[in-house]
Amino acid sequence: MKHLLATADLDRAGATQLLDTAMSLQQNLLGKQVRKLPTLRGRTVITVFYENSTRTRVSFELAGKWMSADVVNVSAGGSSVGKGESLRDTALTLAAAGADCVVLRHPASGAAHRLAEWLDGTGTAVVNAGDGMHEHPTQALLDAATLRERLGDLDGRRVAIVGDVLHSRVARSNVHLLSALGADVVLVAPPTLLPVGVESWPVTVSHTLDAELSELDAVMMLRVQAERMHGAFFPSAREYARSFGLTEARAAALPDHAVVLHPGPMLRGMEIASTVADTPSSAITEQVRNGVHVRMAILYHLLAAATEEDET
Amino acid sequence: MAPPSRGADRTAGQPAPRELLTADDVARTIARMAHQVIEKTALGSPAASDVVLLGIPTRGATLAARLAERIAIFSGVDVPYGTLDITLYRDDLRNHPTRPLEPMEVPGGGVDDRVVILVDDVLFSGRSARAALDALGEHGRPRAVQLAVLADRGHRELPIRADYVGKNLPTARDEEVSVLLEEVDGRDAVLLVRPHGDDATGEAEQE
Amino acid sequence: MTTASLPETGTVLVTNVRPYGEGEPVDVLVTGERIAEIGPSGTVTAEEHAERLDGRGGVLLPGFVDLHTHLREPGREDAETVRTGSAAAALGGYTAVFAMANTEPVADSAVVVEHVWRAGREVGLVDVHPVGAVTVGLRGDKLAELGTMAASAAGVRVFSDDGHCVADPLIMRRALEYARGLDAVIAQHAEEPRLTEGAQAHEGERAALLGLAGWPASAEEAIVARDCILASHAGARLHVCHVSTRGTADVLAWGKPRHPRGATAISAEVTPHHLLLTDELLAGYDPVNKVNPPLRTESDVTALREALAEGTIDCVATDHAPHAVQDKDTEWAVARPGMLGLQTALSVVVETMVRPGMLDWRGVARVMSERPAEIARLPDQGRPIAVGEPANLVLVDPDARWTVRGEQLASIAGNTPYEGMALPATVRATMLRGRMTAADGATVGDGVRTATGATERTGGAR
Repeated sequence: MKHLLATADLDRAGATQLLDTAMSLQQNLLGKQVRKLPTLRGRTVITVFYENSTRTRVSFELAGKWMSADVVNVSAGGSSVGKGESLRDTALTLAAAGADCVVLRHPASGAAHRLAEWLDGTGTAVVNAGDGMHEHPTQALLDAATLRERLGDLDGRRVAIVGDVLHSRVARSNVHLLSALGADVVLVAPPTLLPVGVESWPVTVSHTLDAELSELDAVMMLRVQAERMHGAFFPSAREYARSFGLTEARAAALPDHAVVLHPGPMLRGMEIASTVADTPSSAITEQVRNGVHVRMAILYHLLAAATEEDET
Repeated sequence: MAPPSRGADRTAGQPAPRELLTADDVARTIARMAHQVIEKTALGSPAASDVVLLGIPTRGATLAARLAERIAIFSGVDVPYGTLDITLYRDDLRNHPTRPLEPMEVPGGGVDDRVVILVDDVLFSGRSARAALDALGEHGRPRAVQLAVLADRGHRELPIRADYVGKNLPTARDEEVSVLLEEVDGRDAVLLVRPHGDDATGEAEQE
Repeated sequence: MTTASLPETGTVLVTNVRPYGEGEPVDVLVTGERIAEIGPSGTVTAEEHAERLDGRGGVLLPGFVDLHTHLREPGREDAETVRTGSAAAALGGYTAVFAMANTEPVADSAVVVEHVWRAGREVGLVDVHPVGAVTVGLRGDKLAELGTMAASAAGVRVFSDDGHCVADPLIMRRALEYARGLDAVIAQHAEEPRLTEGAQAHEGERAALLGLAGWPASAEEAIVARDCILASHAGARLHVCHVSTRGTADVLAWGKPRHPRGATAISAEVTPHHLLLTDELLAGYDPVNKVNPPLRTESDVTALREALAEGTIDCVATDHAPHAVQDKDTEWAVARPGMLGLQTALSVVVETMVRPGMLDWRGVARVMSERPAEIARLPDQGRPIAVGEPANLVLVDPDARWTVRGEQLASIAGNTPYEGMALPATVRATMLRGRMTAADGATVGDGVRTATGATERTGGAR
C-alpha cells in the first residue's frame, strides 16, 4: 500500500488486513503501562487540514504519537496555506521538508488524489482524511472496525446508511467498504439527498426508514447540515426528523443486537434522539476509540515497511 | 499474507538441506530444557519463583507451549505461558514488505514481579531478543527476564546470551537454520540450509 | 514555429490534390487572392517563380471557420495571445476564428472588439473576428452596445456571453430581438445557473462516485428549449454553443423546424472533445478534463455524432480554451474549465466522424467551414473550391497519424486532453486569401502587416 486515498481502492483482503492490524494494535496496547510503540521512530507525519475537524486530527495525531512518529499539524489558519499558497506548492514544500506521510483534509473532492500525483516519486505517503464529498476512508474503516467488534464477520449483515448521502464522503466510503466486506447496504434518504447515478452503486435504496428498521444489524446516521435546507433538499428540520431521525420509537423497533453509529459531531434531536445516542446500542464512543487504532494500522502499513521505491 | 515459510517447502534446484536435529532430537532437547528451567527457577520448591513463559511468534510461541507442557509433566507445576509479538519493536521493519502483526497473549496476572522466560526458536544476531525486551518492558516490570532458545547458531550482533540453549549449532553466517515444528510445519526437525545464490531470504538471517 | 520572410501574395500552384477528397487529383492555381485555374493533375502550368506545393494526393478543403475560440487577449496573455492563438488556428487549418468576449476587460464595447480585431490583422495568420458580449461585463442584466460593436471596424455579427448563460428570459428575448435588426446572431452558452450551482462534473454515475457536484443535462436542455421558443417568437437567429447532451440534440430537432424563418435560423455547434471524450476520464481528477459544459457519457457522444452527421447540429466549433498551468494543475474544484482545441479539431473530427463513415470530406467542409461561415455571415469564407472564389484553403493529409504533445502546440498553454493520444490526419498547409499561413507544421509569415492586401477584408459586405 502506497497511499490510502479511497476505500474504493480496497478489496476484501486488503480491508480485512487493515482491520486485523487495528485489532492487533488494540490488543497490543491493552493494559499496557506505557502506551507507546517505537515502531515509527524517526518517521514524520504531517497533518494538513483545510477544514476544521478536531476529532479526526486528534485521532491521527494520537495514532502517530503512540507509534513514536513525529507529528506536525498544519492548519489552514496558521500557515501559508491560509495565504493563498496552492495545494500543489504546499505539498511539495512538505515533501521537501521530509514528510514521510501527509494526512490531508480538504474541501475539494479528489484533493488527496492530486496530492498523491504531485508527490509521486518523493516516497511520501498520502492519507485521505476526507476530500470534499468524495471519500473519508479512515472513518469508514473505524466504522467497520466497530461493527466487527460488535457483530463479528460482516458477511450478510444488513447496514442502513441514513440521511444526506448526496453530500457525504462518509457514506461513499462506507458503501464501498461495507460492500467489500460482504455486508448488504441500504441507503435511506429522501430522493433529494441521494446522488443521481446511485442506481449503479452496490446498494439498495429506500425512502422509508420505518420499513427497514426490523431487518437491520446496524444503522449509521449521517450528519445533516442545516444549511442544506437553503438548497431545498428538504422542507424543514422538523419534517426531516419526523421522517429520517432515529427517534426513541425507531430505536426500539431495531433488533436488540443492532448497532447505532454516527460519524459525529451529532445534531442531537435532529438526526438522532439524545436518549438513543446514549444507549448501549450506540457505539459512538467505541467509534472514537477505534479511530485511533485504525489510523495506527494505516500508518503502520504505509510507513513501517519497505516502500516500493526501496524495493526496486 | 502468510508468514514466510521457514524452509518447509524448498523449491527445486536449491541444495538439499541437511538435517541437524531429527524429530526425536527435538523432543529430547525440549525435555532437557524443561528440566533446566525447573532446576534454575527452583519450580515446585517453597522458594520457587513465579514463572511465565512468553514465546515469540510463530515458532517460539509453539515452543513455549511445549515447554510448559513438559514442565507440568516433570514438576507438576502449571506454568502460565503466552505470546509476545515483537513486530512493532523490530529495528528492521523498513527492510521488508509490511509484516502482519502476530497475536499477543500475556497471561492473566501480567509480568510484574515475575520471572519471564522469553522463548524463541533460533538465536542469531540477538536483535529479536532485544526487540522482545523492549516489548516486554511496556507490559510491566518483571523481577527477571531469561531467554530460552532451541538453537543458538552464533553470530551475535548484540551483547545478548541465552539462559537455556537446546543445541549450539556452529554455522557460517550465510547459512540458514530452519526450525520445523509439528504444529506449524507438519513435522519436527532442525535443518541447515547452505547458501543458494543471491536470493537468500530465509528468516533466520533477518532475526 | 519559424518565421519566414514575409511572402507576397503571388502565384501558388498546388498540384496533385483532391478537392473534398473526391475524384481524380487536380492541380489548383492560385493567383493573388483567388483561385485562377483548376485542371487535371499535371495539366496546369504556372510561371517560373510561382510557389509550388505538392499535394501528394491529399484532400483540399475550404479553410476552416471556428465560431468559438478563446484567445485570452486582452487580460490573460500568460495563457494565449492573439498571435499564438492565430498560429494555432493556422496550423489547425483555420482561416477564420471568432474570439469570445470573456476577456479582461470584457469585449462589451467597440474599443475592446476593435483592439482584438486589429491585433488579429497585425498577425495576419487568420481572420480574427471578435465576438461581442451580449450584456455588459457578461453580468446578464444589461444589454451591451450591440449596435455600436456591429458598426465598429470589427463589424461584429456574433454576440455571446460565453462562459455565462444569458439566463434572464427577458434579457434573452430583448437580445434576440435587437440582434435581428443587425442581422447578427446570439450565441448562447446554455446553462441554467440555478441548476449548476457548484457543479463540477456531468451529473450521473461517474460524478456520484467521485463526489463531484452534479451538472445535470437538464440545465442545458431547459435553456435550449426556452431559447428555441424565444427565438421563434422573436423571429431572431439563435446559435447554440457547445451542445453536449443527447437531450439537447432532441430539443434542437424539435425546435429548428418550428422557427418561422426556417430551420437554419437556429444553429448549433458541437466541440471536438464532446465528440470523443466522456466523463470516464474523470476518474483520476486530472483537471485537464474539466470543461464547461462537462464531458458527458458514451450515450451523449453517440447522439452528438449522429446529430452532426444529419445536420441537427450544424457545425464543429473548438471552444479552444487555453489556461495557464497554475489554473489547471490544481485540485479539481478550483481548476478553470476548458481545453485546447484548434490544432486537434480536424483530427478529432476525422477520428470520430470520417473514419466511422458518418461524414465524408464534403461533410467535413460543411461542418468546419461552410455552415460556420453562413452562421457568422462571412461572405469570403466557406466558399466552394472553384475558379474565381477566394483562396481560403486547407490541404489535409488524411493518412498521416500524429501523437499530440501539449508542449509542441503553438498555444502558450498546454492543456490538451489528448496528450499522448495518436490521432489521424494532419494539416499540410493552410492558405488565407492566396497566401500560405501554415505549411508542414510551421506557420508562414506571421509578421506585422501594415500594407493593405492580404489581410484586407474582402468585398463590401459590412
